[in-house]
Amino acid sequence: MRYELVIIGGGPAGLSAAYAAWGAGCRSICIVERDHALGGILGQCIHNGFGLHYFKEELTGPEYAERFIELVGQTGVAIKLDAMVLEITPDKRVHLVSSAGGYEVLEAGAIVLAMGCRERTRGAIGIPGTRPAGVFTAGTAQRYLNIEGYMVGKRVIILGSGDIGLIMARRMTLEGARVLACVEVMPYSGGLTRNIVQCLHDFDIPLYLSHTITNIEGRDRVQGVTVAKVDADRRPIPGTEMHFDCDTVLLSVGLIPENELSRGAGIRMDPRTNGPIVYQDMQTSLGGVFACGNVLHVHDLVDFVTAEAARAGQAAAAYVKGGRAPSGRTLAIENGALVGYTVPQRIDMDAAFDAVDVFFRVRAVCGASRIVVRDAAGAMIASFGRAHLAPGEMETIKLPRVSLDKAQGALTVSIEEETK
Amino acid sequence: MTNIICITCPKGCHLSVDEQNDCAVTSNACPRGAEYGRNEVLHPVRVVTSTVRLEGGALPRLPVKTDRPLPKEKVFDCMRLLDGLTVTAPVKTGQVIAAHILGTDVDIVATRSL
Repeated sequence: MRYELVIIGGGPAGLSAAYAAWGAGCRSICIVERDHALGGILGQCIHNGFGLHYFKEELTGPEYAERFIELVGQTGVAIKLDAMVLEITPDKRVHLVSSAGGYEVLEAGAIVLAMGCRERTRGAIGIPGTRPAGVFTAGTAQRYLNIEGYMVGKRVIILGSGDIGLIMARRMTLEGARVLACVEVMPYSGGLTRNIVQCLHDFDIPLYLSHTITNIEGRDRVQGVTVAKVDADRRPIPGTEMHFDCDTVLLSVGLIPENELSRGAGIRMDPRTNGPIVYQDMQTSLGGVFACGNVLHVHDLVDFVTAEAARAGQAAAAYVKGGRAPSGRTLAIENGALVGYTVPQRIDMDAAFDAVDVFFRVRAVCGASRIVVRDAAGAMIASFGRAHLAPGEMETIKLPRVSLDKAQGALTVSIEEETK
Repeated sequence: MTNIICITCPKGCHLSVDEQNDCAVTSNACPRGAEYGRNEVLHPVRVVTSTVRLEGGALPRLPVKTDRPLPKEKVFDCMRLLDGLTVTAPVKTGQVIAAHILGTDVDIVATRSL
C-alpha cells in the first residue's frame, strides 16, 4: 500500500498535521495510531484551559480532541487504529502490525512523526527506598482516575511540579484525597503559574521548592516518604528531613519524547530536546520526514502543538508535490547564556520564507531580560524584550528574512538579564 | 491592594486589584484579566471539570464540566452532586447532564461523545 503522506500518531499533533496537509491539497494521507481511538493524551486531560489560542475559547482536553477528530473526519484521510508502527526505514517504508491487518508495510512519499512523549519514571530518577505499590507517574494516575474510574490513593505526595502533577494535585483533592505536599527539586516550578495558583493555592497544598524525596517506605503499599531540602547541586541536606505518612506518590518529573522510530531510521537527534533536529519547515535530517508536537520537544500548550503540526503537515504536502530536502546554505541556531534549546535547530536559507519562528526554553527564571540573537561574528541579528521568562513557559521569537540574510555563520540565542 | 495571579489563560499575568478604587485591575494584559481580578476579590468562581458514571458506553466514565464558572465555595458541593450521577450512553458533547445545579444557573454538560 502506498500513501503520499503517512502520519505516525493520532494525537493532537498527528491530527493537526493531517488536517493541514489535506488543506494544502494532499489527497493520499494515512494516520497510524496505536490506541483504539484518536485524540492521544487529550482524552484523559479532562480539565479546561485548552484552545484559547486556536479556537479562542476555553475547552477541555476531550472537547479539543473531538473538534479535530471531526475536522479530520470530514476529509478523506485514512485512519488505522490499534496499529503499532514497528519501524521506519530511510527509504520511507513504514512497518506496522495490527490485529485487523496483520503485518503491513506502507510506502510513503513523506512521513510526519507525531508520536508524542512518555513520562519519566521512578527508575529514571532513582529514588531510594522500598518498592511498594502506590508509586505512579502522574499521567498514569490521571488515566486510572479520568478514563478507567479508579481512585489511586487517599494520602498523596506529589514529586515534581510539572503541569500534570499540579493538575493531578487538584484532581485528587476534588475526588476526596488529601494531597499533603508537592515537592520540587528545582528552586522554581516546572509548571505554568496559573496551575500553581488554581491547583495548589486554591486548596492550600504546600509547594516545597528545592526539596526532594529521599526515601520511600512501605512493604506492600507506600506507608510514608522522607522529604529533604537540597543544596544548589541538588544534594539532600542532612538534618532537613521531614516525614509524611502517605499511601501514594505521584511523579511529575519530566517527559521524554518517544523517538525509538526516529533513531531507528537514522534521523539525527538533538540531545537538548531528545527530539529530531529540524529545519524551519519541521523537516528532519532525513529528507521528506517531518516531526512535530511532543516527539520534537515537550510543549506546555496543545495550541502550540497544533500550530507546529500544521506547519509540518503543510511542509509535508509541499514535499510530496515536488519539494526538496534542505541542502546547501543552512544556518545553525545554537544556545547561548540561559537558553536550554531551540526549535528549529537549523534554518534552510535556500527555502522561500519571510520569517522563521524560533521556539525555546530558558534554563532559569529571569526577570526583565532581552533575548539577543547574534551571528558567529558577534553581530546582533535581532533583540527582543521580555518582562519575565521561566523554564516552564516556552518562548518564541520571530526572525525576519532580512535580518537572517545578514548573518555570518551560526546564530546564538542568549538571554541578557537587565540590571535592576 | 491585592496582588493575584490571573488564571484565565496560561500567560499568568500578575494582577493588582485596588479595593479602595472599585476593585480596579492593573497589570492585566487583556480584558479577561480585568474581569478575573475583580471577580477574584469580590466573589471568586471556578469552572469544575470531573467525571460521572457512564453505563452502556465504550468507557466507564464520562468527562463533564460546569458550562460556566461556579462560585468557588460551591466546588465541593458540586463534586458531591456529581458523585451521585449516572448517565447512560450514548451521550453527545455539550449535552446537559444536570441543569441549574445547587440553586445556580450553572449546568453540568458532557465534554466527550461516548
